Amino acid sequence: MTELPEFHELTLPNGFSYKQPTGLFINNKFVPSIKKETIDTIDPSNGEKICSVYAASEEDVDVAVKAAKDAFKTTWRHTSGSDRGRLLVKLSELCERDTDKLAAIEAIDSGKPFEQNAKGDIGELYNVLRYYGGWADKVHGQTIPVDDNKLAYTVHEPYGVCGQIIPWNYPLCMLSWKIGPALAAGNTIVLKSAEQTPLSALYLCNLVVEAGFPAGVVNIISGLGPVAGSALSTHPLVSKIAFTGSTAVGQIIQKAASSNMKAVTLETGGKSPLVIFEDANLEQAVKWAAFGIFFNSGQVCTSNSRVLIQEPIYMKFIEKLKECIDSDYKQGLPFGDDTVMVGPQVSKQQQDRILKYIEIGKKEGAKVFTGGYKVTDDEVLAKGYFVKPTIFYDVTPEMTIFKEEIFGPVVSCIPFKTEEEAIELANDTLYGLAAALFSKDITRAHKVARELEAGMVWINSSNDSDFRVPFGGVKMSGIGRELGEYGLTNYTQTKAYHVNLGLKL
Amino acid sequence: MLASSLRFKKPALFNPVLYVARFYSHLPLSVPIKLPNGIVYEQPTGLFINNEFVPSRQSKTFEVISPSTEEEITHVYEAREDDVDIAVEAAKKAFNSTWKTADPAERGKVLYKLANLIEKNAETLAGIESLDNGKSLFCARGDVALSANYIRSCAGWADKIYGRLIETGSSHFSYSRREPLGVCGQIIPWNFPLLMWSWKIGPALATGNTIVLKPAEATPLSALYVSQLVKEAGIPAGVVNILPGYGKIVGERISRHPNIKKIAFTGSTATGRHIMKAAAESNLKKVTLELGGKSPNIVFADADIEKAVSNIIMGIFYNSGEVCCAGSRVYVQDTVYDKVVQAFKESSEKLKVGNPFDESTFQGAQTSQVQLEKILSYVDIGKKEGAKLVTGGERIGEKGFFIKPTIFADVKEDMRIVKEEIFGPIVTVSKFSTVDELIEMANDSEYGLAAGIHTIDINKAIDVSNRLTAGTVWINTYNDFHQNVPFGGFNQSGIGREMGAEALDNYTQVKAVRIKIDPKQV
Repeated sequence: MTELPEFHELTLPNGFSYKQPTGLFINNKFVPSIKKETIDTIDPSNGEKICSVYAASEEDVDVAVKAAKDAFKTTWRHTSGSDRGRLLVKLSELCERDTDKLAAIEAIDSGKPFEQNAKGDIGELYNVLRYYGGWADKVHGQTIPVDDNKLAYTVHEPYGVCGQIIPWNYPLCMLSWKIGPALAAGNTIVLKSAEQTPLSALYLCNLVVEAGFPAGVVNIISGLGPVAGSALSTHPLVSKIAFTGSTAVGQIIQKAASSNMKAVTLETGGKSPLVIFEDANLEQAVKWAAFGIFFNSGQVCTSNSRVLIQEPIYMKFIEKLKECIDSDYKQGLPFGDDTVMVGPQVSKQQQDRILKYIEIGKKEGAKVFTGGYKVTDDEVLAKGYFVKPTIFYDVTPEMTIFKEEIFGPVVSCIPFKTEEEAIELANDTLYGLAAALFSKDITRAHKVARELEAGMVWINSSNDSDFRVPFGGVKMSGIGRELGEYGLTNYTQTKAYHVNLGLKL
Repeated sequence: MLASSLRFKKPALFNPVLYVARFYSHLPLSVPIKLPNGIVYEQPTGLFINNEFVPSRQSKTFEVISPSTEEEITHVYEAREDDVDIAVEAAKKAFNSTWKTADPAERGKVLYKLANLIEKNAETLAGIESLDNGKSLFCARGDVALSANYIRSCAGWADKIYGRLIETGSSHFSYSRREPLGVCGQIIPWNFPLLMWSWKIGPALATGNTIVLKPAEATPLSALYVSQLVKEAGIPAGVVNILPGYGKIVGERISRHPNIKKIAFTGSTATGRHIMKAAAESNLKKVTLELGGKSPNIVFADADIEKAVSNIIMGIFYNSGEVCCAGSRVYVQDTVYDKVVQAFKESSEKLKVGNPFDESTFQGAQTSQVQLEKILSYVDIGKKEGAKLVTGGERIGEKGFFIKPTIFADVKEDMRIVKEEIFGPIVTVSKFSTVDELIEMANDSEYGLAAGIHTIDINKAIDVSNRLTAGTVWINTYNDFHQNVPFGGFNQSGIGREMGAEALDNYTQVKAVRIKIDPKQV
């Protein structure tokens, strides 16, 4: 039980001062949580507390859901698609205007390098919002010819209140992937941000108000998964739940959603393979592979954490990958110089988890080519949650580090001989989020791509997503697709109408 | 009669008394204009090529007059063939630059900006439209709002133009892309100068084409004014080019230009036919046409008569009847015929006709003297044919092209006033008894643009709607547009559709790509 001011006056390392809201954002207002419970948010680059914000309890979730339900009934479902679109485009414009502010908050709270990473996230944020703003008046049903006695048509209706739970690795991007299509399709929202990274979403709430969204349409709460997340997943007035995060939590949510048969979208873990054939442009393959595992400190659900390399170029690739880390993936503080590419992991817990996997890898016989430890040699970085970019080689399919998602800057390299073997290795996983392959041979590229069990395949690139192209997994990597037109289908339900024009009984 | 059919809908501008093309090379590239509502603005007068206003090569100008006062507003430069060639070259160059190849979301972004700018300048644009076209401010404001909405909707489409992945088995990888056509020629009419501009440029730009557009010679002002906004929005030079000028010169050159890949025209059926021929003879341009109509507006006995009458009025007197889809043939079921005609007459006589800048005016001026004369000549024809003039049929005042809302009743289906498009506030009312009889009468037209149905019976509404030959059917409403609902005609009312997802088809061509990926499989 702590009383917090409505705003903290914060000054970030780059000199940017602003008012950080602390409350739960319900009905277009920041309010304290009912029980006055709070969570501390930590700067992962030095382990120091940034500030506290209010954390939602089950009761707060109930208030937020009722506000969203009320807004759905009274305003939002009567707001035309054109008007919904205008609001989203307006919000996009405001986010673009505030790029530097939002990026700075993202950098302090999640540890993303300001220049090389956080700013790009804001670009994604406003692009996604603008894109779905364009869809809002284009969600169309069909008329279906049956016979002269019947007019049959479908309407793609919104669900109503959507619960959305987002992770800490891309706080604002994931927010945009969630709220963009949901609002475009006409739903109202209760979104829970990750407890590690609540700040940017709260700041964005100011822009939601400025854009002119009616009260109750967008509700954003900070809070813990087992408390607020759980309340959201089981709430009877929430008709749809969307979650991005770990596969284990995804399973809990899917189970909880069965309480009132919520529709469920899950975007969960991955252990995505990157297959490099000997005819590949090696230099490009190395660069994309590095990008795919070391960008965002490896905290990417689609990271290419398993790299399969055809034998003749196996060691050469690994050597070049290390060279690439040394030259292009400079570790440093989020507000360090503009060339810093790799920041800290988001939390102590994540750092420990990654280090534990590194130890397991070593014990199971994998060889460390570079990295494999937490950063201690630099006095400043030693305070933060930094892990050295790590290459394991001679990894075999039985090893834990081949199988389990590490969610850090740790890559496993595995040699293969034939196309068939590569496909078998690539598909030997419970996950199926993404896959990538490098080959100059158009025939082989397309043939292998077809065989890969994944929701996304990148040919001659990796982690090269685009907001217009669907994103999501097969197998235990998820249910449903985000982004693109497909992303809208998660947020509408089809109602079929039959109009009898003359059939008599 | 090629030349005369290329006069589009405004032969008035060829009246040698009123309109004399002059050499007027010292015309400045913009002139200050004070609108009757007090707004003062700078009106560009040049051709808009490569994001700059320029004099025409031959420095000719023509006069633009205000139809509500018959006074000159200004001159603007008149494009000729050589100007078209320059504009097409600019558009071609722009097409082959980043406009076609850049991230389509960038096209969306500038179109969103353009929509915002139109809204920001809404009152000025509405005033220009009223001054230049004669339409009431009430109508003009609606046009501006619809234009902004449509541009915004197109902005959203820009990055949603999909091809398909066509599954043909594992031996091949087959897909299609929808690519822009290139330079599009667009010729728009004078009845909705800004709105037709938006219907044309919106989908063409969203899909990555570049444009040479000719506004109507009677109403070039708003298209020139918004050209400034096109530039301000960040649309690159050469993407949008605007050439005021005459149909038989500029329109003809656009229709026949070898580097124009597509022509879109809104106007009369006669001109549409000529353009299609020109497109065929020159380089087989793709053609979209939105042409004339003689649309039936039907009232069943079970309809809410009061609402039906108000929809009939919106159907025929909105925009002074200068609407291609105007509900110019009203069909009323016999049991309520007299009642409807009486109510229609009374309501029509209450409509305020006059100064377009008067806030209470419903109906402004017709756009030109020739239109006025044409309409009045149809009044005479109707009388001679034996139709009963219920109300109207006269010009109002001496100055300005105003005409009373006019109703003819007791008409026969073979009368010219029932068959021919008049394009003014003049309507015929026919009687029917059965649905079959009605369908026969309603469909007995060379046109097929729109139709209206008024009934509370859901089955009848849908059954009749299914049986009507029309590209748009309004049920218990009329002239009720939305940017996402396609618009276009059956029969001789046109080819292609504007607005909605359908409009994008007019501006893209499909490329199919088929890659053999397994040489071992057949």
